Amino acid sequence: MSNLLEVSGVSVTFDGFRAINNLSFQIGSAEMRAIIGPNGAGKTTFMDIVTGKTRPDSGKVLWGEKTQNLLKMSEARIAQAGIGRKFQRPTVFEDQSVRDNLMMALQNPRAPVPVLFWRPARKDSTRVEALAEQIGLADALARKSGELSHGQKQWLEIGMLLAQEPRLLLVDEPAAGMTLAEREHTTDLLKEAAKSRAVVVVEHDMEFVRRLECKVTVLHEGSVLAEGSLDHVTANQEVIDVYLGR
Amino acid sequence: MRQSFIFRNPSLLIFLACLAGFTLAITLLSHAYGSAFISTSFVKTLGKTLCLCLVAIAMDLVWGYCGILSLGHFAFFGLGGYMIGMWLMYARTELIIVQSLANAPIPATPQELRDAIGTQIFGVVGSADFPAIWMFAHSFWAQMALVVLVPGLLALVFGWLAFRSRVTGVYLSILTQAMTLALSLYLFQNESGLRGNNGLSGLQNLPGVTASQDFISIWFLWASALALGLGYLLAAWVVSGKFGSVVRGIRDDEARVRFLGYSVEGYKLFIFTLTAIIAAIAGALYYPQAGIINPGEVAPIASIYLAVWVAIGGRGRLYGAVIGAALVSLVSTWFTGGLVPSIRLGFYTIDWVDWWLVLLGLSFVLVTLFAPKGIGGLVDLIAGRLVPNRHGADYGPDTGSLQESEGRE
Repeated sequence: MSNLLEVSGVSVTFDGFRAINNLSFQIGSAEMRAIIGPNGAGKTTFMDIVTGKTRPDSGKVLWGEKTQNLLKMSEARIAQAGIGRKFQRPTVFEDQSVRDNLMMALQNPRAPVPVLFWRPARKDSTRVEALAEQIGLADALARKSGELSHGQKQWLEIGMLLAQEPRLLLVDEPAAGMTLAEREHTTDLLKEAAKSRAVVVVEHDMEFVRRLECKVTVLHEGSVLAEGSLDHVTANQEVIDVYLGR
Repeated sequence: MRQSFIFRNPSLLIFLACLAGFTLAITLLSHAYGSAFISTSFVKTLGKTLCLCLVAIAMDLVWGYCGILSLGHFAFFGLGGYMIGMWLMYARTELIIVQSLANAPIPATPQELRDAIGTQIFGVVGSADFPAIWMFAHSFWAQMALVVLVPGLLALVFGWLAFRSRVTGVYLSILTQAMTLALSLYLFQNESGLRGNNGLSGLQNLPGVTASQDFISIWFLWASALALGLGYLLAAWVVSGKFGSVVRGIRDDEARVRFLGYSVEGYKLFIFTLTAIIAAIAGALYYPQAGIINPGEVAPIASIYLAVWVAIGGRGRLYGAVIGAALVSLVSTWFTGGLVPSIRLGFYTIDWVDWWLVLLGLSFVLVTLFAPKGIGGLVDLIAGRLVPNRHGADYGPDTGSLQESEGRE
């Protein structure tokens, strides 16, 4: 199986602190992966590197069949290439309606002049309504997204990710601050998404990770400590020592 | 449920109707076309105010919608004025020279004519040669194109450098202040070729037009009103669709927009350049009414005033910017014109010509603290009382009750 994303030997240092240390990571084109690890293990920094926010000191990040080098691309270009990201705290445009939020994320030309003359076609409106249905916000399309509950904002952000139709989704702590029922809905959304694309979920909550039923990568001090099924890694003595045992 | 552009922007029709009504009323009260109730100088003040409203719309686009607090847009306004001023001065001086040489025994050669014009224009700075930047001053159309091109190019280059390096927030504001200060200092030099601190004058006289100022002032009022109406329409259209969504997204969370795949720098550059051009057109209409332009016009303080107008009027809404600019600049004219009686406190006399700036500063602070939406926020207050926006929610407790869409009918 060829890899969609291949990170090899990446290191990054912030003011002498080595946040990522010779990290290597691969994911296939229709795969779900959970990344767990203690605070400061480099989970968010890893996402920053893949999405172009942080430039690593060394290493390679290769993308897709044509093995493009992501390190040479701007954030916007990386997003256009098909990498979507959901942040830890829900970041939606609170001043704008749910519909506008989703419309902005829809896969359409991104350059200023085409956007200036762009008006939603019927298929765009249909797509937005279908997405809203999927994330349980069909009744809230006209509402300002700032009025939504915390859980609904998280879903809206996942909906915006899906609207981008990325080939790789990077999801940072999707279940934080959600009720039990909301978590189940979120799990379903992510599992559905992983059928056709790669999904990387960073999560602290072991119960949530168990429900995702996927391969798990454990990060510690900026490099991979263990990889495999959840049962496999939780049986690993090193993992118990640095993460689970505390 | 697609709605037409006009329906989604009800303020647009109201604004255009008010503007048309205002223009008509002033015309009917003017010396030129009506009852001579309003003095020509006041017509000019009103015409200039319309131009200030237009540059305020530009400021609102760049600051209120896109979140770039540019404190340098008066540089573009002033440049627009200089560009039109060059043609006005050249063409008028040429007419005068040709007239005075008409009776000479030997007709003047083109070179003599040009030298005479140069002496006339640049005599005040001790020079007689035309600097290179006056190359196109003889051509109306070329100089008109420069009104748009020079400020547009300056904004494009400045914006490209600033946004590409991801300069944001207060640093960008300082940078724009530095730009307008540098421009003003440059223009103050006699070597700049734009007559140093004398500036360009006599701009109120249109070459080849024999009509009196009574008529010219009304024509400029019409032109300014037309430009303001078109500028408002353009701005409303730009912010109405997805472009507006992206631009407001940049204001609220730049990084998020970037991760959606939009190149934030490109959008900022687009808005910055577009607003610079709008500001330049406003300036090109303003200075013929003012009659004179000098480097003091592009001093850093002018651009700060612009931000104050927009803040007081209410940023993030176009009519707010217009209200703010019109109100503050008219009240400012009233106070600084010595028309407001001084207040005698016995031990001290409050002279409003001096104290107006204190009053303006105070109202700016008060608006920022207590009414961040500005005067435009009053509209929300009234509209909210009449029809609360339920964002499509039901009126009643369950789904069987009246829906908002039904209630609207």
